[in-house]
Amino acid sequence: MTTEAKVNVEEKLACNKYNVDEGHAHIALKEEGADNLFDQLILCCPAALYRRGENGARSFDYAGCLECGTCRVLCGDTLLERWEYPQSSMGVSYRFG
Amino acid sequence: MVDFDVIIVGAGPAGSVAASVLAKEGKSVLVIERGAYAGAKNMTGGRLYSHALKKLFPQFEEEAPLERKITHEKISLISAQGNTTLDFTSPALGIAGQDSYSVLRAPFDQWLASQAEAAGAEYIYGIAVESLIIEDGRVCGVCAGDDMIRAHVTILADGVNSLLAASAGLGAKLSPHRMAVGVKEVIELPEQVIEDRFLCEPQEGCAWLFVGDATKGHVGGGFLYTNRGSLSLGIVATLSDLCKSRVPIYQMLEDFKNHPAMRPVLKNGKTVEYSGHLIPEGGYRMVPTLYGNGCMVAGDAAMLCMNLGYQVRGMDLAIASGECSAHAAREALETGRYDKEALSSYEGRLRESFVLRDMQASADFPDFMESTSRLFKGYPEMCQAIFQSLFVVDGKPGRPLGKKLLSPVKELGLMNVLKDARKGVKAL
Repeated sequence: MTTEAKVNVEEKLACNKYNVDEGHAHIALKEEGADNLFDQLILCCPAALYRRGENGARSFDYAGCLECGTCRVLCGDTLLERWEYPQSSMGVSYRFG
Repeated sequence: MVDFDVIIVGAGPAGSVAASVLAKEGKSVLVIERGAYAGAKNMTGGRLYSHALKKLFPQFEEEAPLERKITHEKISLISAQGNTTLDFTSPALGIAGQDSYSVLRAPFDQWLASQAEAAGAEYIYGIAVESLIIEDGRVCGVCAGDDMIRAHVTILADGVNSLLAASAGLGAKLSPHRMAVGVKEVIELPEQVIEDRFLCEPQEGCAWLFVGDATKGHVGGGFLYTNRGSLSLGIVATLSDLCKSRVPIYQMLEDFKNHPAMRPVLKNGKTVEYSGHLIPEGGYRMVPTLYGNGCMVAGDAAMLCMNLGYQVRGMDLAIASGECSAHAAREALETGRYDKEALSSYEGRLRESFVLRDMQASADFPDFMESTSRLFKGYPEMCQAIFQSLFVVDGKPGRPLGKKLLSPVKELGLMNVLKDARKGVKAL
């Protein structure tokens, strides 16, 4: 799959207010899983948290999560080990919404 | 022993309206919200059709933090380079009770929560409800933090990813065909600039929907709402079709911002927030079981949402469902029965109201949209070709107008166009 992505999403996420729970990842991935499913997460996650490095290695970082649940709908039963809401008061806080 | 008459999970419009109605009736109500404040986890496109709010808060125009009254409706068929727009304005859009407003959810939800608190509802923020207390097949309250809090009735208004509704057996299966992801930027611009760019009076504004290249021809669309000092600009894409794209959703939004029709509108704007949210777009057929023993589901958690392409609604359905659930809870409290049967009047009320009537009337529309790919790739290009043939003058001898207009239609197939039109009208 080719993904045509040039925009820097981190810059956009940097506008947001987060209280990142460093000690607990509210979303966790299984070690293994189909490539085509991971590709779906790359396409659909608005925060671009699911990525592939140049060598094709998968990476995921929950810190910029917008808590939309897209990955839960797509891969809740397959690639995801868990999908929870961040613990109390953690995660994104929209100032505008 | 119960701690409260009613516990409500989630301080969005459905939850706070339910809390407000019950508190005004003198019931003890606790609202538990996982965000640090009401609206902290919420976002909308967004526009609020005001009729349901007006019924409960007749003075909301003066009190609520509204952005702008929507007096201009625009719908665009956007192709890779061109854009064909219908621009509609009428005094009918501004009449009280049928008017609509752009809103931002952080301030709006906080205002709605403050109304419920003023009526006597209690709120706890920053606490996530982990699970429901279920005894003998009946929901008897919630577990939050280290506490078990008991109530006669629990209303789940905890949003589209309602893990609690699923645990009570009231959740909808969230299929990628039925769910869309929305992504939005709030882009600051001076008020005067917004009024000049959108040809609006102060405090008035525009709602603008796009179909076509905003989602690179995939099922979904773009939106722009004018706020007081900012624009809400974003796209929405159905997950099942977005999975077939080559371009990720966040790049689609960036490309949409850079489209020749959009760039001048956004010029010198500063992005101050970037948000994402799931939208239950399956319509009536996706609405789950709405109540169980001791428990009801309202708002997005009940999948109450309508997307007709030209009309996108969620918050008015949430508000009305919050109200209906409150009345059902009130009746149950009066009779002292909290089983499924006793709460069934919730669904009855929704069926009598516009909520399920409007959703049922457009039940076929989500399938029509998903199965009519020409809406997203085909018609925007057809419109561009038609209007190009009218407006471009190059000095070459022209063809007769009829031929010019028909040739782009023929390219898609006249029968196809007629069939799609017939299907679309039928679905509505």
